[in-house]
Amino acid sequence: MITSMNDLRDLYQEVILDHNRQPRNFGPLATASHRAEGSNPLCGDKVTVLLDLDAGRIRDIAFQGAGCAISTASASLMTEALKGQTVEDARRLFHVFHDLLTTGDIRDREGSPELGKLAVFTGVREYPMRVKCATLAWHTLIAALDQKQDQPVSTE
Amino acid sequence: MAMTLAASAEDTEDTREAAPGPTYDLDRVRADFPILAQKVHGRPLVYLDNAASTQKPRAVMDAIAACYGEYYANVERGVHTLSQRSTAAREGAREAVRRFLNAPSAEEVVFVRGTTEAINLVAASWGRRHVGPGDEVLITELEHHSNIVPWQLLCEERGALLRVAPIDDRGEVILEELDRLLSPRTRLVAVAHVSNALGTVNPVREIAARAHEAGAVVLVDGAQAAPHLRVDVQALGCDFYAFSGHKVYGPSGIGALWGRRELLEAMPPWQGGGGMIRTVSFAGTTYAPPPHRFEAGTPAIEAAVGFGAALNYLTALGLPAVGAWEAELLALATERMAAVPGLRLIGTAKEKAAVLSFTLERIHPHDVGTVLDREGIAVRAGHHCAQPVMERFGVPATTRASFGLYNTREEVEALVAALHRARKLFG
Repeated sequence: MITSMNDLRDLYQEVILDHNRQPRNFGPLATASHRAEGSNPLCGDKVTVLLDLDAGRIRDIAFQGAGCAISTASASLMTEALKGQTVEDARRLFHVFHDLLTTGDIRDREGSPELGKLAVFTGVREYPMRVKCATLAWHTLIAALDQKQDQPVSTE
Repeated sequence: MAMTLAASAEDTEDTREAAPGPTYDLDRVRADFPILAQKVHGRPLVYLDNAASTQKPRAVMDAIAACYGEYYANVERGVHTLSQRSTAAREGAREAVRRFLNAPSAEEVVFVRGTTEAINLVAASWGRRHVGPGDEVLITELEHHSNIVPWQLLCEERGALLRVAPIDDRGEVILEELDRLLSPRTRLVAVAHVSNALGTVNPVREIAARAHEAGAVVLVDGAQAAPHLRVDVQALGCDFYAFSGHKVYGPSGIGALWGRRELLEAMPPWQGGGGMIRTVSFAGTTYAPPPHRFEAGTPAIEAAVGFGAALNYLTALGLPAVGAWEAELLALATERMAAVPGLRLIGTAKEKAAVLSFTLERIHPHDVGTVLDREGIAVRAGHHCAQPVMERFGVPATTRASFGLYNTREEVEALVAALHRARKLFG
């Protein structure tokens, strides 16, 4: 019993539990210039990533939606990590994070931004079914970034 | 059916204090299922995902091994001894299905891959012939996707309309609404005997009677009922009954469709190939009578044999005994789970089979599923292929614990204890 709960703490680290309880940058973003919706039809998780981009930099970022603790915390920590970063760095960080979850390689790529707090998701790799939960917000971020700059934000 | 179930529940009530537990030897039964005696993440496996699929007793494995090891050959067309033995074994399984359903004749039992294929068969064969523009097919809000999508496909193709009888907050079909939706345009009523997401036991006999009054044909999706309660298709008064082998402790990839003889005889084939013909010529082909008309190609021989063995195993234990024990586990779990703060049961029908669907406040079902898995407890988390049900109750997903004949009180307690711990972890 105690073993399995300790085991679970590798997945559900305190930082993850905290961001699940109190997600940061959660809600609408009036100044959003880009947005994308992501969903995981198998488990019903939904996330919307909103970006305020200015001259190749993420001036502001927010997310909305509902999902499990892993996907909620991942979205929350992602917004914290990316606020103020350049779009280029955000894309690099996506790859670093993706590698962390799929190959477990946590060495930061040369010239890439550091994982920082995002390293708390290292334990997710041991739960293959949950990797998609942790990457949902990130894939949605890339979809939002790939939106054409002049494309109006959908408000449906 | 509902009456039978209520009666067994009462029996259980009477005997609980004197002799708690099932009327069969639970330890011996568990020993019949070798897979249960293992550890998952260092904890004894607690298998509570029986509504998704059940584990297999040694009798089923032995029957399949004997088929392969002693008499396997292709069926129906061989004059040699092994072919005849294989054919006899498979036809023996068909007879086991007939007995299990109390069907009038084994010729009314069609082997299929499972419940999904059975429903698709009826939609493709009976449906295409009898459902036309402006006609209606009536289902209920609690159906599994496999009893929704085949009818959507049929209605789209034929210009017919799919009607849906709503359920109430307990997860029971509102019969007055069903009555209101029945009309002379209703060609078919397709309804689950037991809901996979809610556990509701539908009053199928009553629904069939009302549907017949309106002149409709009745198909019952029995996937979730067959493992838990005694099915008597003649007493139910339905026209088609479908169920799957893998949910009654048998192999996957096999199931049965029972259909009323006069309906089956009037239905065209739905797949062409070997085994389903009488004569083939380029001028025209004539078809075999049911059930072979609907069984094109070499069938799943060993799976049919295993299916028959599973039904015999279940019948030997006795479905009333199995149903009574599961009702006891369900009652215990329902009572214990009411004490878990923030737990909401989804599906609180008066008549329920061994399914407990629930949500935990502020904990997503997938997190619950992961926490339970680390405790060795296997449950299902998700929409259970019943998205309209999830929408009806305003939840994206639920966690579902479903019981089988081999589950124990201790396993119920382990589940509840783990839920308390999950709350602590996420609290």
